[in-house]
Amino acid sequence: MPKTLFDNIWDAHLITELDDGASLLHIDRIFLHERTGSIALSSMAAAQRTVRNPGHAFCTMDHIVDTFPGRSDETTMPGGKQFITRTRQAAQEAGITLFDLDDPRQGISHVISAEQGIALPGLTIVCPDSHTCTLGALGALAWGIGSSDCEHALATETLKVVKPKQMCVHLDGKLAVGVTAKDIILHLIRTYSAAGGAGCAIEFRGAVIDALALESRMTLCNMAVEFSAFTGLIAPDEKTLDYVVGRPYAPKDEQWEQAHAYWRQLRTDEDAGYDKELHIDCSAIEPTVTWGTSPQHALGISESIPDPAEEDDNSTRLAMQRALNYMGLAPGTAMNSIAIDAAFIGSCTNSRLSDLREAARILKGNKIAAGVKAICVPGSSQVKHKAEQEGIDRVFLDAGFAWRESGCSMCFYAGGEGFAQGERIITSTNRNFEGRQGRGARSHLASPATVAASAITGFITDARRLDNSA
Amino acid sequence: MKAFTRHSGIAAPLLRINIDTDAIIPSTEMKRVSKQGLGEGLFAGWRYLYESNERQGENPAFILNRPDYVGASILLTGNNFGCGSSREHAVWALCEYGFRAIIAPSFGAIFYNNAVRNGLLPIKLPEENIAALAEYCMESPPANRIHINLVDTTVSSNAGDEFHFDIEAVHKEMLLQGLDAIDMSLKHSKAIEGFQAQDRKQRSWAYL
Ligand code: SF4
Repeated sequence: MPKTLFDNIWDAHLITELDDGASLLHIDRIFLHERTGSIALSSMAAAQRTVRNPGHAFCTMDHIVDTFPGRSDETTMPGGKQFITRTRQAAQEAGITLFDLDDPRQGISHVISAEQGIALPGLTIVCPDSHTCTLGALGALAWGIGSSDCEHALATETLKVVKPKQMCVHLDGKLAVGVTAKDIILHLIRTYSAAGGAGCAIEFRGAVIDALALESRMTLCNMAVEFSAFTGLIAPDEKTLDYVVGRPYAPKDEQWEQAHAYWRQLRTDEDAGYDKELHIDCSAIEPTVTWGTSPQHALGISESIPDPAEEDDNSTRLAMQRALNYMGLAPGTAMNSIAIDAAFIGSCTNSRLSDLREAARILKGNKIAAGVKAICVPGSSQVKHKAEQEGIDRVFLDAGFAWRESGCSMCFYAGGEGFAQGERIITSTNRNFEGRQGRGARSHLASPATVAASAITGFITDARRLDNSA
Repeated sequence: MKAFTRHSGIAAPLLRINIDTDAIIPSTEMKRVSKQGLGEGLFAGWRYLYESNERQGENPAFILNRPDYVGASILLTGNNFGCGSSREHAVWALCEYGFRAIIAPSFGAIFYNNAVRNGLLPIKLPEENIAALAEYCMESPPANRIHINLVDTTVSSNAGDEFHFDIEAVHKEMLLQGLDAIDMSLKHSKAIEGFQAQDRKQRSWAYL
């Protein structure tokens, strides 16, 4: 029977089908961070369980640690220090490799697991963090789990999983200049709702995928979870292999040859079917920005905020009204007329080197608008280091951005830091939920280019208006 | 893990779509490396009033603060409940508060799994059934209780409504028995070892 990419990876990891309808799947890599990993490890120790294969488990510090220069275990997050020190101790006791605060490999889990070659095509990877799906961009089967499942994976190197339904999203056409992976995924969620991918393993395919750089594919897969998907994935191609080769934990020599041969046949068979297929004409997408408190509340940057009164579905209308109220916005407002107080570039969605380069291209020679607070947080210490070698830090600093150490930072509440009540942020992150970036803070999700352009003008701005080099 | 077979209780309607785990338990409420002490932070952003980030007591308008809903153990809610962050704290907070079941048209996938692992029953029902239950409960919350029977997979009320719900066999069994998934899987140690021995030959590159 013809198989999809997902079937192929699934079957290669199937230990046994259980009587109760679930499957016992082999888990190749487990990644932890100090917020949820600490709990999983402590709880295992309390139950006198051991990590079955510490060599396949890794841990980073990203969620609690702050991102101020000269940082330490002390953070202003209540109880934060305990998370950091307990994680360090638990990782040591369990024999797990930890990318600690001062490690040059430290960074946001989903950024560094790819960067270090820990995530590879054809592997199963889990992390107690919902954006683990980012790594599907490599052709890995990667998904976020809770703490209990994390303990399960650590103790058994397996997970009990009910096979999800499968969806294929065909990204057809050609992206217009200045339109990015972030705009595609926001457009997809806007079109089919935040529940549109409910529980599905989604393969992204099509001409646009072939053309997308690997880091952009990560941005796309990263937000599969905002589409309520089980995960997103993309078949590995030459770009993937080029990305993976030579990374510290990637296979070498003879094993590389073996892996290479394996990965080259890792794709969906010609007549394999999915439970559902969607087609998106990407040529028509413009830079896309959210206006509300769900990623489905998104619009093309030239559009105006819709009127809830025109929405037929009762619960959708109520959610729109709540969102407008929270965001302090009125129907009919043009997106590109909305003034912002802050700009944030960072998070596992958009903080890799290509994202920073893109933003720097827009910022170069410009200053951010008076009164705008602007912060850039590289996704890993390595991204930060490389950006500094290229002089990108100078571009950000000269424009008026703060340049931080790497971590999750104000994507949510890392280091106890958040935006203020009522502050309006244009942000390259993935969640515009109520209170996500600070109690009462108002988040507008956008691409790094849009964030940079908006920081300069002080209004939500189409970067193509400013960008002469594009 | 606490087993679930049958439960009757007060149902609170919180009929919003896309309630995310940040709303269920805000990051600011997760202060210790612990699964305990989270009930107080449940829905904190809605449940309490704030002034410049300081809590100023309960928000009387929030459903769970209304006297009629004290002791609510069933939540009636909207599509895509528990979307967003994977934090299992959301489930721990709901359980500690006293919830035994959440009824929604759909759930965030990670939340759903987390709920099952902790004896919190996630029930999928069509929106119109939930609306009917909500209407009934709201007439007199303490008296108009909802009855859940996991053995028969039904949700019913004394008004005569009875709705059947679907649940995967694996989830039903785990909840009914209160089984620990790790213990169950450790019984397959032989199969795991056998798989790895074979797999190491085929995918030696995957082993560090
Ligand atoms: S950057 Fe934000 S979304 Fe990504 S892992 Fe960190 S907190 Fe989660």
